[in-house]
Amino acid sequence: MAANPHDWLNEHGDYLYRFALTRLRDPHQAEDVVQETLLAAIKSTTFAEQSSPRTWLTGILKHKIIDCMRKQLREIPASELLAEEDANMDEFFDDTGHWAEKPQAWDIPHDALQQKQFLQILQQCMARLPQKLAAIFTMRDVDELDNEEICKALNITATNAWVMLYRARMGLRKCLEMHW
Amino acid sequence: MLNCKQTSVLVSQSLDRPLTWRERWAVRLHLLICVYCRRFTAQLKWIQGAMQSWQTHATDRTEDVLSAAARERITQQLDKFY
Repeated sequence: MAANPHDWLNEHGDYLYRFALTRLRDPHQAEDVVQETLLAAIKSTTFAEQSSPRTWLTGILKHKIIDCMRKQLREIPASELLAEEDANMDEFFDDTGHWAEKPQAWDIPHDALQQKQFLQILQQCMARLPQKLAAIFTMRDVDELDNEEICKALNITATNAWVMLYRARMGLRKCLEMHW
Repeated sequence: MLNCKQTSVLVSQSLDRPLTWRERWAVRLHLLICVYCRRFTAQLKWIQGAMQSWQTHATDRTEDVLSAAARERITQQLDKFY
């Protein structure tokens, strides 16, 4: 392989770190998975010349992040995980199952500036979601893993996954509605 | 007849699994008469569509960089293998 791992660190290190930080939020864990990724890359022989180093390294990084998340989740029993925000879920609907606060119509961003503002708010709202909800939501809607892959990767049931994704979407939508 | 809470659960799940035809019809019927759940549904799909852009936006934030200490530590690790 012609590529030099030190070049990977110089050229892609910050990118990989930010990518990991958006998902794990913890700077130390993010640093660790970047290190693991580069070490795995050295030992790997799968680098395909046609893919860019960044794409290839990001692919390895995603697996390392999932490993890290699985460890985090293992430390928390699923029942507790789901109970965590039970209290918060009641705020969305009244006792009869009607919206406690009716969803408002949103302005669709029209130009690049509005689009950028929207993404900034989306970023803030993602940061406010409980980390585990944000993480599973990211796996689903950014990485586009299917439910089966998510359940297998995180060792949770399909029902748990649906409930967590529902809570993530409800929380994110509410936050966007308040700030957009 | 579904209420809004039940509908919101199924709308979210419809993004993760195929609904049964019964569920699909029940949701459709509710959406027909409920403007709030129609908005909710459109907004969930819109958020889903925006998440790719979010990833790009989040990784473009240049204020977050590897610390000098982490860089040094990783360099030392790489040197052992290379």
